[in-house]
Amino acid sequence: MIKLEHIDRVFQVGEEEVHALRHVDFSAAEGEYIAIMGPSGSGKSTLLNILGLLDRPDNGTYELDDIMTTSLDDKKQADVRRHKIGFVFQFFHLVPRLTAEQNVELPLVLAGVNKAERRKRVLETLEAFGIGDRIHHRPDQLSGGQRQRVAIARATIMKPTVILADEPTGNLDRASGNDVIKILEELNLQGITLIMVTHDPELGIRAKRRIKMVDGLIEEDTANQSKHS
Amino acid sequence: MRTRDIALFSLQAATASRGRTILTLLAMAIGVSSVILLISLGDSARRYVIDQFASLGTNLLIVIPGRSETTGGPPPLLGETPRDLTLDDAIALTRSTAVRRVAPIIAGSAPVSVKQLEREMIVLGSSADLFEVRRLSMGQGSFLPPGDLDRGGNICVIGSKGKKELFGNRQALGKWLRIGDRRFRVIGVLADTGVSLGEDMGEVVIIPVATAQSLFNKVSLFRIVVEASSEDAIGRAKEAILSIIRARHEGEDDITVITQDAVLATFDKIFRALTMTVGGIAAISLVVAGIMIMNIMLVAISSRRSEIGLLKALGAPQSQILGMFLTESALLSIAGALLGFILAFGAMEVLAGFFPEYSLAIAPWSPFIASGLALGTGIIFGVLPARRASMLEPALALSRR
Repeated sequence: MIKLEHIDRVFQVGEEEVHALRHVDFSAAEGEYIAIMGPSGSGKSTLLNILGLLDRPDNGTYELDDIMTTSLDDKKQADVRRHKIGFVFQFFHLVPRLTAEQNVELPLVLAGVNKAERRKRVLETLEAFGIGDRIHHRPDQLSGGQRQRVAIARATIMKPTVILADEPTGNLDRASGNDVIKILEELNLQGITLIMVTHDPELGIRAKRRIKMVDGLIEEDTANQSKHS
Repeated sequence: MRTRDIALFSLQAATASRGRTILTLLAMAIGVSSVILLISLGDSARRYVIDQFASLGTNLLIVIPGRSETTGGPPPLLGETPRDLTLDDAIALTRSTAVRRVAPIIAGSAPVSVKQLEREMIVLGSSADLFEVRRLSMGQGSFLPPGDLDRGGNICVIGSKGKKELFGNRQALGKWLRIGDRRFRVIGVLADTGVSLGEDMGEVVIIPVATAQSLFNKVSLFRIVVEASSEDAIGRAKEAILSIIRARHEGEDDITVITQDAVLATFDKIFRALTMTVGGIAAISLVVAGIMIMNIMLVAISSRRSEIGLLKALGAPQSQILGMFLTESALLSIAGALLGFILAFGAMEVLAGFFPEYSLAIAPWSPFIASGLALGTGIIFGVLPARRASMLEPALALSRR
């Protein structure tokens, strides 16, 4: 359901051009659990951003669920982001002035869902993630693990087909990190494709498919290896 | 996105950055209130002057000996050997159908005395028609009686202030006073009407015109005040006056006819121009407020860059993000404008309390201009920075921590 072909991404850094992605080809099937790994600067976050429609490639095409996203206008791209993609950030990116409930309901508010319906769905999700008692807390009143759970709730409230997580445990302690990974894996078991960028080999091991990136290229892809072996 | 949710989102954003919001509201309020106040003060001044003129009656024409180059300007103190305006000239003017009343005026000053008290006062020689023409009202007794203008009489009407100064609290009606070396009987006291166009009728003594002619030993009239038969007749009356006098003065145009409404119109134009100028200056203050708001908004939006990126990541299209920031700017502008209204109305109340005689009031259209400007300023300066931010790719917007 994901197909990247010949993706290039070049950044202008001062006087230099940085080739974050060079002619990358990548595809994933529905329900896969993929870890993208590699050293800093390898382009793994850039790849994830492009998958999440947070960045536009300079060349190449990106097909998601039979939609050619690279040829969509701003409004249609926004629709795809809204309904098909859930992004989980390393630094959570919760709105500091909103409560947990208000943060999670944000995608529903943007979509024009009425208050009663929103309340119901948000409460259900937050209960399921174990933070039902914190719905009126602001982010600065929550622990890191709780914040990330709020963020995951927000990312999944619109029932996306793919979750993209960029170093989701990078800002958490081990215990909270494990809780978060468990939640993500549970979501994956329900059929949501999970693609995670991580530099932690212990997390990478847990994924069913690992991709190693170096210098803007996919160097290793366990999917190919298993084919050969 | 539902309207209520958009409004709520804007409200949350505004209350979260309280300092910034207060600054913006203050800037807007000061700009709006100064526009309203300055326009209103200019408008109040205009109305005051117009009303003063209007209290004389707008159907009046004033005939002055001597020709002045511009009508509506001050009459010359020294003419170029004009012929005298005579009583007969004044009587001749009544012939025109466009003229309803004619009041001849001779003016001079003389010592007026009652027993030991003496005062130098302005003495006007006129006729019964002066009462209607100048919209006078009696406090006691009656005005000069109508009759043959060539015949005088030793009667007088005094103003309320003059009465007080010469007679105190005693009865003045029926008593005698001296003007110069002649005795006059008081037949009436004017009501206290205050100042009208700088002429305080309270300190004036009015006697029949023929008597004044002999008292001051001059025949020529100071002025002739003419009341036209209607507002539409003013033009015809002016023509009639000019032609009648021209005929009587051997074809010379040696008088100046000032119409009340021409003067009024000129004053009105001047004051409107002044009000607009002053309003323009105030509008500049509003623009300054707008620039302040822009600065505040720029800071606010650059600090909310990651929030804008997040909204995009959650699936908000550019148009929706712009709509949200537009709402925020608009709500801030409206709130600031309302605050400005309160400030302006309050200040005007205080001023009107200190200066009741000028009937200061808010010009009814000024709040609309002010709020229109405020809304425009707030939206332009609040939305342009938001537009820039909303055009960024989410990844870039989010990466700024």
